[in-house]
Amino acid sequence: MTVGADPLPLAAVALLASAYLFGVSRDRRGWRRRRTAAWLAGCALLAAALGPPALLPPGPSGHMAQHLLLGMLAPVALVFGAPVTLLLRVARPPVRRAVGRLLRSRPVHLLGHPATAVLLGTGGLYLVLLTPLYAAAESHRWLHHGLHLHYLLAGYLFAWSVAGPDPAPRRPGLPVRAGALFVAAAGHAVLAKYLYARADTLPPGLDGRDVAALREAARLMYYGGDLAELLLATALFAAWYRRRAPRAGGRAGTPPHTRPIGRLASHDHAGEYWRA
Amino acid sequence: MDDRRSTAAGAVIGVAVMAAVDEIVFHQVLGWHHFYDRSTPSVALLSDGLLHAAELLALVGGFFWFADLRRRGVLAARSAWGGFLLGAGAFQLFDGIVDHKVLRLHQIRYGVHLLPYDVVWNVAGAVLLLAGAALTWRAWSRPAGTP
Repeated sequence: MTVGADPLPLAAVALLASAYLFGVSRDRRGWRRRRTAAWLAGCALLAAALGPPALLPPGPSGHMAQHLLLGMLAPVALVFGAPVTLLLRVARPPVRRAVGRLLRSRPVHLLGHPATAVLLGTGGLYLVLLTPLYAAAESHRWLHHGLHLHYLLAGYLFAWSVAGPDPAPRRPGLPVRAGALFVAAAGHAVLAKYLYARADTLPPGLDGRDVAALREAARLMYYGGDLAELLLATALFAAWYRRRAPRAGGRAGTPPHTRPIGRLASHDHAGEYWRA
Repeated sequence: MDDRRSTAAGAVIGVAVMAAVDEIVFHQVLGWHHFYDRSTPSVALLSDGLLHAAELLALVGGFFWFADLRRRGVLAARSAWGGFLLGAGAFQLFDGIVDHKVLRLHQIRYGVHLLPYDVVWNVAGAVLLLAGAALTWRAWSRPAGTP
């Protein structure tokens, strides 16, 4: 709220949308419209979060709405846009090989594990909201932008690792991913109620504390998180449902796709749902 | 027909639907339950969060599991109904005894004499649970080959 609409993040969002549309225009095989729609919806949610403050309710609730959009809803929409798959389809072979190597590398494997994503996303949220970091970000512009970027990237990493259609080599199976979603959802709900219960002291270090408004924000956090978690759970279980389709569809036991991306995505069951 | 899986899928959906009814009807529509009350201890917040996340996954996962059984033609409808009632009753009793009384997360309603509310709540849960048990028993013990 101390930091109003800033042209810099909005320009970055415009760049994301344009780059994706450029990629779609280069794809001669025809890119699925619902993926383009998901990506553009994600960009629109980002723009709503970063744009004129008038779009959001005033006070802590507005701030919370901004964080929910940046860290949960926009990332889910962007992940369903499958930008890496698009890149692999339209980029030249050297770029494709580089992306493939990167995706198969050990650091990306560790970073892309759902457990890492939970630690960075939900863990990061605890770190910000239970320490003076939150109050500090209110008054420091770059810290504020940095935190927003962290929410977005951590949210994206989590959504991708749990149910993203993009290739994810060595992605763990359904129980691990459902478990990660469970831990993240529980962690989010517990933190929201804890903030509600301790609104007179948390987040620490705020000037001019309005306890009722902070409680409203905590309630929004609790229910707002549900929406993103429901979307992810639907994507996750829908992929399982598709994977178990009777053999007529030629799924189980048949070689994966013959496209280069197919080999990358041999464990990418969520991908099969969004790709098919 | 797969009675065991049908009952289990029904139970998962029953738990989640009852939890959703609790959240929607008693928290949101009637406003009887409080989001949090001052006497709530921290351990109850933890259990509430875990339960909330489990309900969310159970709701979505249960429906896809149900759909999968149906698609394979192995869904036993009576067993699934039995499981649904078992799950719903079990959740209602758990909520009424553990959440409300043991953990004291929140009460059914505020500013009223609580006893009749607690009794109705838990008796309703027990009735659902018993009806579910009876239905499941009958479904499981029918002769093979009958629907």
